[in-house]
Amino acid sequence: MAKVHVTTSINGEPMEFLCEPSDTMLDALRGPLALTGSKEGCASGDCGACSITLDDRLVCSCLMLAVESEGHEIRTIEGLAQGERLHPLQQKFLEMAALQCGICTSGMLVASDALLKKNPDPSEEEVRFWLAGNLCRCTGYDKIVRAVMETAAEMRAH
Amino acid sequence: MTELRYLAPGTLDEAVGAFAKAGSAARILAGGTDLLVQMRSGALKPGVIVDIKKIPELTAIEQTADGGFRIGAAVSGMALAEHETFGKVWPGVLEAVNLIGSKQVQGRASAGGNLCNGSPAGDSVPAMVAAGAVVTVQGPDGRREMKVEDVPAGPGRTNLKPGEILVSFTLPPRPPGSSDAYLRMIPRTEMDIAVVGCGVSLTMKDGTVTSARVGLGAVAPTVLLVEDAAKALIGSKLDDAALARAAAACSAACRPIDDKRGTIAYRIKVAGVLLKRTAAIAAQRAQGK
Repeated sequence: MAKVHVTTSINGEPMEFLCEPSDTMLDALRGPLALTGSKEGCASGDCGACSITLDDRLVCSCLMLAVESEGHEIRTIEGLAQGERLHPLQQKFLEMAALQCGICTSGMLVASDALLKKNPDPSEEEVRFWLAGNLCRCTGYDKIVRAVMETAAEMRAH
Repeated sequence: MTELRYLAPGTLDEAVGAFAKAGSAARILAGGTDLLVQMRSGALKPGVIVDIKKIPELTAIEQTADGGFRIGAAVSGMALAEHETFGKVWPGVLEAVNLIGSKQVQGRASAGGNLCNGSPAGDSVPAMVAAGAVVTVQGPDGRREMKVEDVPAGPGRTNLKPGEILVSFTLPPRPPGSSDAYLRMIPRTEMDIAVVGCGVSLTMKDGTVTSARVGLGAVAPTVLLVEDAAKALIGSKLDDAALARAAAACSAACRPIDDKRGTIAYRIKVAGVLLKRTAAIAAQRAQGK
């Protein structure tokens, strides 16, 4: 079976890769593209560990085919930091211990970043509802929600 | 190793041709949030996937000349939420579409997929039924229209003919004093499917209901249009007696299953309770409160 050639943009860089028609975007990211920040949790769209953005919309990379990225803009956790400089969300997650095992963290960060771009001043309820698609078995969510709220406040102040 | 072929035609005619040619081995890909899960679990092994998102008509949201809306079958919930006026005219349909799954799922999942997946608990379906939405389908024998309530045939099945593709939803224009609402009962906040879902659309004049439609989900093998509930509301000022009659009509229409989310008795009771609450919200919106 011939592989499919896909031309896309990942974290602002033009990118080409080969995949099977049945490969998910997550398969392509973690395989040929060697971007292993997106994690596979459930592979059924329930846990959010594989969250990316597709044309600035938050999606689960396990719920899209890799071939569907043709001609679109993908952003992953690898595009969040500016070189060595962490994104304010990443810095705050570290400071406030908003992670333990780390499997959910990249998805939480991508989802939180998508929220703050859309709504720089979310209520706690809005943060909790937005992150309902990201499961974490370690933190009990409180630290994550507080880190997102604090980051939002700091980013608004700057 | 896979024998799957992926096609992304740019026109509806090409899509219909490819879909019909591939026969029962073909599946339509809109948001893919159900299809990819079914493929992953091994429940489905399609030979051909026809991605319909490159067809402009399938991803467009347009206001029609008479003031109604036409929504492409593959429009995602997030795209609908971002539309400037849709949520102002049809707040109930929008809230139903944006109860489907998580934000990640709403970034992809479409009302077309929700309807064609054939789940009795699909959130957008009762709201579309209440809205009086009509779908356009196109197949090898041409184009036709169907009422939304006529599309589901049973769990996981539709009344679309072989080779037919759902193209768009058309929502009618709304007279002044109209609005709608959707509520669902779920065992835990967010990320679960409905135990009961209720959509109510109504038009009011001087505090009296002049027209109404009621859709109920998750209480029968298909989503229901409950005409007796609408009749009980029409002509009333939504007083307790009228709401009680409409609630009783909803409960009477239920033919639910017992499962881990709710018993038969519970679903029947909740259908009536939700009717009252949903109608109250729709009425407040219709009166601009």
